[in-house]
Amino acid sequence: MKHLVANIKDSLIVGGVAFLLFGPFLGLKLNDGVKGDLTLATRPVLLAIAVGLTIVARFLLLLWQDHRATRLPAAKLATSVAKSGKYIAPVLLVFAIGLPLVPGIDNSYIDLGVLVMTYVMLGWGLNIVVGLAGLLDLGYVAFYAVGAYSFALLSHYYNLTFWECLPLCGILAACWGIFLGFPVLRLRGDYLAIVTLAFGEIIRLVITNWVSLTGGPNGIYDIPHPTLFGLTFNMAGGPGTVSDFFHIDPDPSQRTTYLYYIILALALLTNWVTLRLRRQPLGRAWEALREDEIACRSLGINLRNTKLTAFAIGAMFGGFAGCFFATRQAFISPDSFTFIESATVLAIVVLGGAGSQLGVALAAMVMIGVPALLQDLQIYRMLIFGIALVTIMVVRPRGFISTRKPSVSLGKVKIITSDMISEGHG
Amino acid sequence: MSDTLLAVTNLTMRFGGLTAVNALSFDAKRGNITAVIGPNGAGKTTVFNCITGFYKPTSGNIAIAHTPGTSLLLDKLPGHAITKKGRVARTFQNIRLFGGMTVLENLLVAQHNELQAATGFGVLAILGLGKYRAAEKAAIERAKYWLDATSLIDRADDPAASLPYGAQRRLEIARAMCTNPVLLCLDEPAAGLNPRESQALNELLLKIRADGCSLLLIEHDMGVVMKISDHIIVLDHGKKIADGTPAEIRSNPTVIAAYLGEGDDDDPDAPIAETLAAAQ
Repeated sequence: MKHLVANIKDSLIVGGVAFLLFGPFLGLKLNDGVKGDLTLATRPVLLAIAVGLTIVARFLLLLWQDHRATRLPAAKLATSVAKSGKYIAPVLLVFAIGLPLVPGIDNSYIDLGVLVMTYVMLGWGLNIVVGLAGLLDLGYVAFYAVGAYSFALLSHYYNLTFWECLPLCGILAACWGIFLGFPVLRLRGDYLAIVTLAFGEIIRLVITNWVSLTGGPNGIYDIPHPTLFGLTFNMAGGPGTVSDFFHIDPDPSQRTTYLYYIILALALLTNWVTLRLRRQPLGRAWEALREDEIACRSLGINLRNTKLTAFAIGAMFGGFAGCFFATRQAFISPDSFTFIESATVLAIVVLGGAGSQLGVALAAMVMIGVPALLQDLQIYRMLIFGIALVTIMVVRPRGFISTRKPSVSLGKVKIITSDMISEGHG
Repeated sequence: MSDTLLAVTNLTMRFGGLTAVNALSFDAKRGNITAVIGPNGAGKTTVFNCITGFYKPTSGNIAIAHTPGTSLLLDKLPGHAITKKGRVARTFQNIRLFGGMTVLENLLVAQHNELQAATGFGVLAILGLGKYRAAEKAAIERAKYWLDATSLIDRADDPAASLPYGAQRRLEIARAMCTNPVLLCLDEPAAGLNPRESQALNELLLKIRADGCSLLLIEHDMGVVMKISDHIIVLDHGKKIADGTPAEIRSNPTVIAAYLGEGDDDDPDAPIAETLAAAQ
């Protein structure tokens, strides 16, 4: 009760300040008089509305702050979030698997699912580098581009198929991860970020300017679509197509659905490998690297190898995703691999909560899915999107899910809250 | 009779024009607790950083003899191999734990090299094959042993950053011991501990020695140094000014002069000088 009185008093004082501020601006108005002079008019209603709104807003703000102070302590809240995560993850998985099977679903939604899933996979890949190893990489799109162009060039010059190229793309991207990782081994923080950003741009510029090999800005056309055990997806039907083999009518959604399940499988592979690695010496070394590099070195951990494996494995999944992107689009050009892609993927990781697989998946859905679904709102789309991002960063500065689950325990697993966890400096 | 484990010969470390350590030679015997003391800025931590590979010495050699008669030059090894091949572990003056990881995870990270070797380049372990499971079990057992020794077993599943200061110090020692070292280097392990915690630390260090690991420690707390050290080396301005048993050091006039030298009220080492004087 005493609190309430204090709150009301505080609100009224703020109202008084607002009155003084708004008085001259809103309360008074100069009008042109009949004889060419100026007359002063008052606008008491407008002033009252402004002051009244200020008082109400201040009061609500105070109430919210009180509520914040008395709500669950951070540790308990974190545990409840992590516990609910246990149920959210399987629900999302079932949803992801079932999406194309929903009867009568529009092809465009499956296509959107493919897009979202691509970014989920990219987010999970970058999460290894940024979330686990704590190495800020602003040039992740480089590996996406390496994967995409590897497949495009191999199919263009050597007629290799998607399934033959997929592992090759991963390996090539991983090699580039190591190659680009070497020079930045000693860099940390802002310096690392700037150099990786530059690498991302260099790869794109090389692709743009090496016209004789890559076609330059014109890109590469007619990249083959993936086949299902040698069967192609063709709208015209005919021998050797899926529709002919299964005796069904050709439909564009068949290929989209097939693509959807390919990227879903690739994303789940990324997730599975990351989750397994986290519980192993390599994953623990990555997290230890994020926490304290010097201590890692004092324990005999080879920092060079540990960092390079993080770059390589992160890049490998970027390469897989790039290969998939090329086969899905059937056409790629350097325009698809600009810095904004790196920034989007990094935003997904940061927003989701670096290190959290579920958080990254949720953030990818929000970042990619929501703007696409809001197409109808046109110009307000980006406004809503921006407000949503700012709100998330204010309410949960370390991302949706900022807690960490220990990889091993003697007794009951205790969730670690974000205030204990280091963000990494490299 | 104990033989030489660590032999430092003519160690010099220069930073630009500043000579932090100047032609320093000393030995640490196997199975001993060797203390390095000296006023602030004497070069103690620099010596430690040279031994543990954080600095490359300007000149001189640091040799470790894992078994009597053998010799491995630590200054020729790359930084991370000092712990792995040289089997020298260290702790830090300002504690460096993996705060966001649990106490147990901290101790498993310390056993990274052995565990990593059991994963078959990671691939076998990802697939759940190979001997990784057994290796991890053994690693957890070793971690448990040191958690018991440092009485941290109840906090095994808590994040390291949530431990009180004294427990963090013990955890850092436990983590270093999990690398299975022959020489443990401790940089001011008693700093910031209360008398009861210092007492527990003494017991822990004696237990580590009894387990067969030799110790090298930098310490300002003379209560710890005089009670448990077998051998003391005194540094001042990068040079060794005395070398001997605690009793010899206590009565050494050069040491007392070094500590009392500019001994006014502002001298941060004044309490040490008093302890030394009182001990005499």
